[in-house]
This record gives sequence, C-alpha cells and structure tokens, in this order.
Amino acid sequence: MKWLLVLIIVLCNAAGDVLNAFGMRRHGGISDFHPTALRRLLASLARNVYVIGGIAAMAVSFFALLSLLSIAELSFAIPATSASYLLETVLAKCVLREDVHWQRWLGACLVACGVGLLSL
Amino acid sequence: MEKHRPAHLIRILTLSVIIFNVSGNYFLDVGMRSIGQIVSLSPLDYMRVFANPWIVLGVALLSIWLICQLSLFSWADLTFVLPITSVSYVLIALLGAILLNEHVSAARWGGVTLIVTGVAVVSRTRPRTAPEFEEDR
Repeated sequence: MKWLLVLIIVLCNAAGDVLNAFGMRRHGGISDFHPTALRRLLASLARNVYVIGGIAAMAVSFFALLSLLSIAELSFAIPATSASYLLETVLAKCVLREDVHWQRWLGACLVACGVGLLSL
Repeated sequence: MEKHRPAHLIRILTLSVIIFNVSGNYFLDVGMRSIGQIVSLSPLDYMRVFANPWIVLGVALLSIWLICQLSLFSWADLTFVLPITSVSYVLIALLGAILLNEHVSAARWGGVTLIVTGVAVVSRTRPRTAPEFEEDR
C-alpha cells in the first residue's frame, strides 16, 4: 500500500508539472500582473486543457501524499517522492524537448539526493 | 510591449514561488496540527478543515503560489524551475532550526548543502532552452 501511494504521488506529480509546463509554454510569457490582467489570465487558464489536466494531477498527488503521511513517517515519504525529480528530468527531455545538458542533470541529481538526506 | 525584462521577471517569480510555497505549507501545517488526525475516506470530513483560519490562510497563499509557478513556467524550462525552487526545502529546514529550535542532524546539513549546490549549478544555465510554440498560438 505504501509503495502504491509512492508510485501514484511520483507519477501524478511528474505528470502535473509536465502538463503545466507544456500548457504555459504554449500560453506564452506572462508579464502583466495587474488585477484586470490577472482576471484575463485566470479566464484563459480555465480554458487551457493542459493546465486543467496538470492541476488535476497535482490534486491527486496532494491527496495521495496526505494518505501516505497518515500511514507512514515523513522520513519515508520525502525521500521516496524525491525520485520524481529524476523522472521529471527525463520527461522534460523526451516530452518537452528541453535541452537538458550535464549541468541540469547534475543539478537534478544533487537536489534529489539532498531532499533524500533532509529527512534523516 | 513588456513591462519587465524576462530575466528580471524570472528572478521575481522564482522568489515569489519559494516564499509563497514555504509560507503556505507552514500555515497548512499549523492548521492541521491544531485539528489533529483525520482518518476518513469521505471528502466531507476533509471539507471541515476549511473552517480553520490557518488552513484558509495556507490555501490562499498556495493559490498565489500556483499562479506564480504557472507564470514562471511561461518563461522558463521545467528542468530550470524544479531544482531552483527546491530551495524551499532548505528554507523549511532552516526555519525549523531557527524558529522552532528543532535539532538539525549532520545528514540534514549535508542535504541542505547538496540542494544549494544543485541550485547554484542549475541557476547558471539559460532559463529557456525548449522550442517555443509560436505556431500554436
């Protein structure tokens, strides 16, 4: 059960971030944060299927994390979910076609190991 | 047309993502501690937590976090945003050590060091390398 929840968290977290990143790249750079512009932004996000899907995936991941925390320690949950950094790096390269050169790989690995160590 | 240069905007948005993430999760944590454990599969039991003002504040801050995160994605790569915003883990560890006098083990300091190093490495890369989707707009 624990590992099933970890799998759901990692997969949904990665799917959510990739969908959001893809949806927002299509949306184009946002530089106006005045209230009227924000209202327009929210309206256009509500019609962006990638962002809607991304937020839905993040919600599933969030509730799965809450369930995991109710049956497992934080020191189990955090390192287990840090695997999503590496999965997301692979997806960013293959799906989003980002130029993931060695500095980005090194950064992702350092951060994933660091997050794992934080729970000890 | 643009009011800010993208590089400047990316810095402001990154900072906002980190601040709203840490503060939002902090107030959610404060609220959940005051409520106690919820063992239920019914969504209604989870809805009750919204009567708690700390939870409402946490959710409001996390909503701002989501807008900032999406705006940051509109300018920068996923593999740039994710490692850099993981500074929030470091802030949470430091806040615990400073404000709550939690003991920070050697392994945790090691984790903090690794994250900061990873962030430093990634922050030297170009924020946007992925192809733009001009044709889709």
